[in-house]
Amino acid sequence: MSLKVLVGCKRVIDYAVKIRVRPDKLGVVTDGIKHSMNPFDEIAIEEAVRLKEKNIVKEVIAVSCGPTQAQETIRTALAMGADRGIHVEVPAKEMEKLEPLHVSKILAKLAEKEQAELVIVGKQAIDDDTNATAQMTAGILNWPQATFASKIEKKDDFLEVIREIDGGLETIKVKLPAVVSADLRLNEPRYATLPNIMKAKKKKIEKMKPADLGVDTTPHFEVIEVTDPPAREAGIKVEDVDTLLLKLKEVGRI
Amino acid sequence: MSLRPQVIQLYKNLLYLGREYPMGYEYFREKLKRSFLKNKDATDPEQIKMMIGRGEFVIKEIEALYMLRKYRTLKRRYYDNEYGNRAGKDTQ
Repeated sequence: MSLKVLVGCKRVIDYAVKIRVRPDKLGVVTDGIKHSMNPFDEIAIEEAVRLKEKNIVKEVIAVSCGPTQAQETIRTALAMGADRGIHVEVPAKEMEKLEPLHVSKILAKLAEKEQAELVIVGKQAIDDDTNATAQMTAGILNWPQATFASKIEKKDDFLEVIREIDGGLETIKVKLPAVVSADLRLNEPRYATLPNIMKAKKKKIEKMKPADLGVDTTPHFEVIEVTDPPAREAGIKVEDVDTLLLKLKEVGRI
Repeated sequence: MSLRPQVIQLYKNLLYLGREYPMGYEYFREKLKRSFLKNKDATDPEQIKMMIGRGEFVIKEIEALYMLRKYRTLKRRYYDNEYGNRAGKDTQ
């Protein structure tokens, strides 16, 4: 098989870290905070690697857009089994303003350049939760898309994808080349162990800038304010059942 | 003494895994060190091999623990109920 897969992996604040809003209210504190690969992208990488292990795919290329440290994210992807990496360097300052549309354009350009026939990304990143990159990449490339995949199977010249939709599952066929976005239940990603991370250091990471791909990263949005979610209000204790019913009626619960 | 590098590698691999341990790296490191030191006088190759095997089993267990922890957190954050509420958080 000669299928090449491009997998997007974003470096985000680790899922276990408590997020703090910056004093200027235009973003969140990222300095000195633990980052790791977006969990949904881990699922995407795992799926690509599994397709490779089934000999359906020939090469898995991990792509990440971000500051220098995004290389660590690519290393993790390489340790999980990707063959090589592409680091599209975006300085930390500009990274805040990098939008899904820009990333989609970068991914689309890279897919054309590398002649990839399949692009797999996580359905959304756990930092901005935009859930748009896969869809827009498919749009730009004019390829079919299979979003929220919970099962992928290769049949002849198409993929059969089971999608997670509201209230159930949907099975669709997509012709290759295609864009797939991974949902939580697609697989259980393997852990990037220390020996594998060491071995991954031998794999190549190509470096480039968005401008090298002809992608303009001028922001279209301006962040006006970032705020914490409202704190949960304290509950109250009631004397007896009657007061309880009264209180519940007051707040319109019964 | 060909088992020595294997034991050292095992220790390093476990230490690396400990960086994300829920009760903290220090707690993990101390426990790990103690359990390795406890068997420092072991000389029987068969016995050492068995202990390495046990260490590798522990690695698998910790990996499974991390995987489950991440899966559960994401499930709670993004999927409140069995189905639906796909993209949003806390939309009731």
